[in-house]
Amino acid sequence: MDTNLALILVLTPLLGFLVNVFFGKSLGKTVSGAIGTIAVAISFVVSLLLFNQITSTGKGIQVTLFDWIQISNLKINLGFLLDQLSVLWLLFVTGIGSLIHLYSISYMHDDENMHKFFAYLNLFIFFMITLVIGSNLLVLFIGWEGVGLCSYLLIGFWHKNQNYNDAAKKAFIMNRIGDLGLLIGMFIIGSMFSTLDYATLQTAVAGASDLNSPLLSLAALCLFIGACGKSAQIPLYTWLPDAMAGPTPVSALIHAATMVTAGIFMVTRLNFVFDAAHDVQNVIAIIGGITSLVAATIGLVQTDIKKVLAYSTVSQLGLMFLALGFGAYEVAVFHVITHAFFKACLFLGSGSVIHGLHGEQDMRKMGGLRKAMPITFWTMLISSLAISGVPFFSGFFSKDEILMTAFHHNISLYVVGSIASIMTAFYMFRLMFLTFFKEFRGTEEQKHHLHESGSLITIPLIILAILATFGGLISLPGNSWLNEYLAPLFSKAAGEEHHLGTTEYTLMGVAVLGGILGILIAYIKYFKQDNVPESDENITGLSKVLYNKYYVDEAYDAVFVQPINSLSKFFRDYIETGLSALVFGLGKVTNEIAFQGKKLQSGSIGLYLFVFVLGMCAIISYIFLAQ
Amino acid sequence: MNVSTILIILLIGAFATYFSGDKLSSKVALLFSLAALGCSILLLNNYNAGENISLITSWINQPKISFALNADGLAMAMVLLTAALTPIIIFSSFGNEYKNAKAFYGLILFMAFAMTGTFLASDGLLYYIFWELALVPIYFIALIWGNGDAEERRKAVVKFFIYTLAGSLFMLTAFIYLSQKANGSFLIEDLYKLNLSACEQFWIFLAFFLAYAIKIPLIPFHTWQANVYQKAPTVGTMLLSGIMLKMGLYSVIRWQLPLAPIAAKEYMYVFIALGIAGVIYGSIVALRQNDLKKLLAYSSLAHVGLIAAGSYTLTLDGLRGAVLQMIAHGFVVVGLFFAAEVIFRRFETREIAEMGGIRTQSPKFTSMFLILVLASVALPSTFNFVGEFTVLYSLSQINIWFAVLGGTTIILGAYYMLRMFQHVMLGETNSKTFADVSLNEGISFAVIIAVLLFFGFYPKPITDLITPSLETILQVINKN
Repeated sequence: MDTNLALILVLTPLLGFLVNVFFGKSLGKTVSGAIGTIAVAISFVVSLLLFNQITSTGKGIQVTLFDWIQISNLKINLGFLLDQLSVLWLLFVTGIGSLIHLYSISYMHDDENMHKFFAYLNLFIFFMITLVIGSNLLVLFIGWEGVGLCSYLLIGFWHKNQNYNDAAKKAFIMNRIGDLGLLIGMFIIGSMFSTLDYATLQTAVAGASDLNSPLLSLAALCLFIGACGKSAQIPLYTWLPDAMAGPTPVSALIHAATMVTAGIFMVTRLNFVFDAAHDVQNVIAIIGGITSLVAATIGLVQTDIKKVLAYSTVSQLGLMFLALGFGAYEVAVFHVITHAFFKACLFLGSGSVIHGLHGEQDMRKMGGLRKAMPITFWTMLISSLAISGVPFFSGFFSKDEILMTAFHHNISLYVVGSIASIMTAFYMFRLMFLTFFKEFRGTEEQKHHLHESGSLITIPLIILAILATFGGLISLPGNSWLNEYLAPLFSKAAGEEHHLGTTEYTLMGVAVLGGILGILIAYIKYFKQDNVPESDENITGLSKVLYNKYYVDEAYDAVFVQPINSLSKFFRDYIETGLSALVFGLGKVTNEIAFQGKKLQSGSIGLYLFVFVLGMCAIISYIFLAQ
Repeated sequence: MNVSTILIILLIGAFATYFSGDKLSSKVALLFSLAALGCSILLLNNYNAGENISLITSWINQPKISFALNADGLAMAMVLLTAALTPIIIFSSFGNEYKNAKAFYGLILFMAFAMTGTFLASDGLLYYIFWELALVPIYFIALIWGNGDAEERRKAVVKFFIYTLAGSLFMLTAFIYLSQKANGSFLIEDLYKLNLSACEQFWIFLAFFLAYAIKIPLIPFHTWQANVYQKAPTVGTMLLSGIMLKMGLYSVIRWQLPLAPIAAKEYMYVFIALGIAGVIYGSIVALRQNDLKKLLAYSSLAHVGLIAAGSYTLTLDGLRGAVLQMIAHGFVVVGLFFAAEVIFRRFETREIAEMGGIRTQSPKFTSMFLILVLASVALPSTFNFVGEFTVLYSLSQINIWFAVLGGTTIILGAYYMLRMFQHVMLGETNSKTFADVSLNEGISFAVIIAVLLFFGFYPKPITDLITPSLETILQVINKN
């Protein structure tokens, strides 16, 4: 029964993929979209059933299908683990996934390859489910690389544009740098504990005598490098903003709500490994903090609506890693969920705007859309309030918990996180004011066609906005359903929750004031003073550095890409030619020896006699001298 | 029935093809190659049922050479690889016209015969004879039916022939020395029993190494490879890269390591490092290649480097991963060269710069090519991942840095393959029309892809087949 349920869960999206690949074109756009959506919806229903089962029994379900890879001290099977963590992830992956599929039916309707879009989306859901429910690290790795592949396919969905293809390729390769880290981490863990299976590993780690050993720390660090790739953390974050080349539903689903949270999932899954490697936890917290701040500063000046959201995503992921670094896994998971709601809503909202403006993404050419697109406006406003941490919206609770955790562990990282949060409030409302208020700054043609999107687009927006509003209820301070639900996963005592005291209320007040401050600055600058960001060539000074993302891409290009290409040319033009000439040279030398030898065979009797006599003399003198 | 049946079918097939005339020859060749495949599967069945399918009869008395074919799991795996790839290779050539087709297809079957013999032979000299015999057909195939400037081609092919022949002569010398020690016997089990001094083993190891390093090829002995791959007809390139280079890798495991185990252990690090250097070097050179077939040649160089490194770890994981990867690479590289051929049939070019924008015109071909590209970069759920993961794991057990450096193939491989795919397939629609794959072409791709995906999820049958023989070989290696 459980096996069947698990198989339905995984295989339905795969079936949807296959149907759309082989028959999608002939089925027509609407049918192909419907099939894709239903496939994911079925997985969602199964996830609900599983969730129900898990909450009532409190026990995880382990499903083993068959032996997969055999290595002397490791036996790796293809199996699933459906427990509190994986089912929780399943719920929002398939839930938000269904909504975004629904949205895409309308959004992608004008694209001639719509069936392929749905095929890839279904394939993505298949791999994402595999990633989440795998019972060992290697099954996770199937999903891990599989979602990377889908990300590649979907970023480069409009494959006639080579810039998009570049972005897709960049995402895949940067992810693969992380993947090598993940593999090496697996190798170390495999040789230390002779298993990659989560359940066995947990027991093995708990029983290990030398915790905090350098080798285990190295493993944890390598795993974290993997997480950095997938979840876009410094130094492997630059692919995510470029990934916005993909259609907007993809940005919402893959590059905001689900795939990029895989790194957080993996770290949470292996919490017992990271708990045993404190130095690595510190690294995670620091990297997370810095990423959240750096990305937020870049977000301050971006003018492309999707780029703002992309940097915001990187920044929010940074906050989640900040929490992970302090061992506050349940807090990170909480923010993953609320972030999935409001960020998916924001991206889909931006998609609605872009759709309404026929592809325009530059906020400098928007403005005043509030009246024409009321639903889009209100849902995005709610989500912006949520991400800014305005009280009682979902983001308020989750972000507050992260900052509070940081405060108790490390004041400087708390300050970093708080500044990033203020900046978040600022750039989100900068986005809102520039997009929806004041006068429309686009063309007359666009203005004429302004309209609210259809119901397939607005319904998902409304549902997500509701979730973004009330999502915080799952983990209220002091009375957290989520913490209780996840408690079986973590080794630490449940009593570590924060008691609400004066400090906590003060911190909350500071955070709220910070958020309001950010909103206020945006209000003054972009509403009161009616500023519009300068055109590209007029951006100067610090803004220019930020606008150009600290020139990190250029630096990577100069330090890694160019040298490797030059080396390749050098090898090709000099070493290869040289080696080849060497082999031919050997042949030539042989030829030359033969040629010189041939001269001796001249037929001259005189020469032969001379050599003969010389030889005789040599032999005779050798005999005499030897005696 | 024993394994000699496969050899007989292939040999008769070679002659039958030649005498069937130009029109029929391709179909006759396909028929015989399929018969050989069927026979191999039958024999595998018998072998798994515990039947003895090996054969030993005396052949020549002075020197004492036996006609000994020993089919253990490892040999059977390689025979099956050959038997499965040969019909695919022949079938994939159905879209091409060849002058003197009867000789062309006859030579292909003859080559399959010699390669199968190489994998099966368990007498040193018999093995050597098959080994050299395999060189003859590919020499003519590349020379006569190859492409590009005739003089350039002759230069490349003759270099290849003499170079590999020269390497093999060292191996012959080693065999003669070994048989002197073993009272004139060339039989592998007699040679395995020898107790050679470390010094003797060093020279034996080196002699075998020269033969195999050139054949596989390992850097810096690879200079023949790219040019021959480029200039040979695609069928020849497939035979070379899909099967023939595995002869070298297989021989490392079958002959070199167990015959000189002390030397193998002593110099393990050197040879692992050499293999890994090949991974990095090959990948980097592949980045900036303008010719599609040359790019694939260098990618092959990188992959075999990793396989060799796995073999030289002398661990069960390393050997097992190496053999799995040999098989996986055999299939994927044949598929990739076929993709290059499919493009050549339509655009008549191998210059990557002249391609691009194919995807819009041929969605089916794009999907199949992409799957092959992904298999080549060892995406999990493809067979190649199973092999690559196992090899890298074995390397990590020797020294974690070997795994890190060898693992760069994950990054660099993705870089050069996706870059290639982008420039070949994506971008604005090409001005030249590109007809999507024909049914015949589709079948060849589909078979290869099915194999790669099936064993990607379920490699157990192959693992179970090869593991006992590898354990036996490891026992010989560790006997002292």
